[in-house]
Amino acid sequence: MKRSLFGRLWPNVTAVVLFAGFVFPVYWMFATAFKPTGDIIAEDPVWFPVDITFEHFRTATGVDHFWTYVRNSLTVTVLAVAFSLVIALAGSFALARMRFRGRRGFVVGFMLAQMAPWEVMIIAIYMIVRDASMLNSLVPLTLFYTMMILPFTLLTLRGFVAAVPRELEEAAMVDGCSRVQAFRRVILPLLAPGLMATSLFGFITAWNEFALVLVLNKEAEAKTLPLWLSGFQTQFGDDWGATMAASSLFALPVLLLFVFLQRRAVSGLTAGAVKG
Amino acid sequence: MTVQIERPPSGTADVRKGDGAGPGGPGPRTASRAGALAPYLLLLPACVATVLLLGWPLLKDFLLSFQNLNMTQLIQHVTEWNGIDNYKEALTSEDFWRVTLRSILFTAVNVALIMVLGTLVGLLLARLGRRMRVTLMIGLVLAWAMPVIAATTVYQWLFAQRFGVVNWVLDRLGWHAMADYSWTSSQMSTFFVIVVLIVWQSIPFVAINLYAATTTIPAELYEAAALDGAGAWRSFTTVTLPFLRPFLYATTFLEIIWVFKAFVQVFAINGGGPDRLTEILPVYAYVEGVGNQHYGMGAAIAVLTILILLGLTAHYLRIVLKQEEDEL
Repeated sequence: MKRSLFGRLWPNVTAVVLFAGFVFPVYWMFATAFKPTGDIIAEDPVWFPVDITFEHFRTATGVDHFWTYVRNSLTVTVLAVAFSLVIALAGSFALARMRFRGRRGFVVGFMLAQMAPWEVMIIAIYMIVRDASMLNSLVPLTLFYTMMILPFTLLTLRGFVAAVPRELEEAAMVDGCSRVQAFRRVILPLLAPGLMATSLFGFITAWNEFALVLVLNKEAEAKTLPLWLSGFQTQFGDDWGATMAASSLFALPVLLLFVFLQRRAVSGLTAGAVKG
Repeated sequence: MTVQIERPPSGTADVRKGDGAGPGGPGPRTASRAGALAPYLLLLPACVATVLLLGWPLLKDFLLSFQNLNMTQLIQHVTEWNGIDNYKEALTSEDFWRVTLRSILFTAVNVALIMVLGTLVGLLLARLGRRMRVTLMIGLVLAWAMPVIAATTVYQWLFAQRFGVVNWVLDRLGWHAMADYSWTSSQMSTFFVIVVLIVWQSIPFVAINLYAATTTIPAELYEAAALDGAGAWRSFTTVTLPFLRPFLYATTFLEIIWVFKAFVQVFAINGGGPDRLTEILPVYAYVEGVGNQHYGMGAAIAVLTILILLGLTAHYLRIVLKQEEDEL
């Protein structure tokens, strides 16, 4: 079927316009971060950063406690991802490979848990954490983030475990491996894409979490980066250069991880179609 | 979040299905008592975590909603039960219903835009040549990966009253009244910014997954349709659309869940302002509960919010549960 010139052209033109629309906010964030203040508050926007400056990054990272926030964010995120991976790995193996009473119930339960409206539960969580005298601590944050990630990790890994041919495992067991050994030596290496996909999305969830930490941790020592970023504008008013530098620093790890891992991760995730 | 679709684009679910169908060759060992307990032991940590960290807060929220819990009671650590007073107050207040209606409209507008535009972008991806497709995908992935709180800050800058790009462009296009327009000073313009932000962030998910789903449509179906004399539009409505329907259905409900509880975007753009006019239910529960320190009242609003969300998605949940039963 031969298409007219117009028929061949419009999809490409639309694609270019859409590309610009989707990329522009991200581009503008980085561009503003590198522009000298004079170019940021210009009557006509300066579309490309000509004189590159790192001053805004210095302002952003020069905030009191900045490195504390970085440390807190990393601690909470890495621990939550690690905990949920370990817990989910055990559970997903049971759900994918074993037959037992109530299996269906467990799966349905985790599916419902995945839809938990965390944003609405913050008052109850606040009361629980306060009664345990754990406000301004990283422990409850880590625990609740683990739980936010857990159902998704478990259900996704279950799909990956189920996709490993049973024969491989049986062959290993015939060769004298115990079931645990067969799991460690045969299934685990094959799960690498699944582990990567789930830790990527777990990382994003925990790294971005805002509502809970907003309520639980009011003291600077216990805050994480999302609070630093949202508080930035209030603190610095119209210093958009510094605000965008802060946004860039915060977004960069996630953007890099996502772009590098998405091919591998998303191919596994389209089965379970995931949103970060 | 997992989309449950009847025809998943990749093979994992099929494997899962086959796995449940038969015992898959009964193990050579006799099931000892320890073997029978093993799955429960493996699931124990996950279940303990769910009960303690999700079940308990839910229960706590429910209990709090029957208490009179304000600053005084909070400081003195006293529990004052007040029956269904919180619910009575919430359900008879005009505010609650106004916010509920607003939340539902907000969700409807966002989800409609996301689904229509996302589907169109997804179909466009399927139509593009390889190089163009990869380019557009990269753009979509960047928007998708952008952390919500960073994206919110960037949108504040794009729509800034002074030196914001949007105002500059509108001014240049001849709408001079917009030159120094303050987007966060009225209800509708604040909502406009929030909707643009949410739609921008959500389209990539729908588009990329929809494109992935179209690649699984067997080419023979189109050939058969063409043989029967179907044109482009007819083969779209008779082949593409029916094939994608389960996917679209599942995605719509997931988007409803996500948009309905979009706390961060609304809260971070303008704190629910101006004048509390852009509060949607989760923000309303937060402002009443934590902000105004009526914790019991906030908890009651939270319970009502969860019930409304369950109501909106009940149909989808039923399908998921039923499908899961068929699959196992």
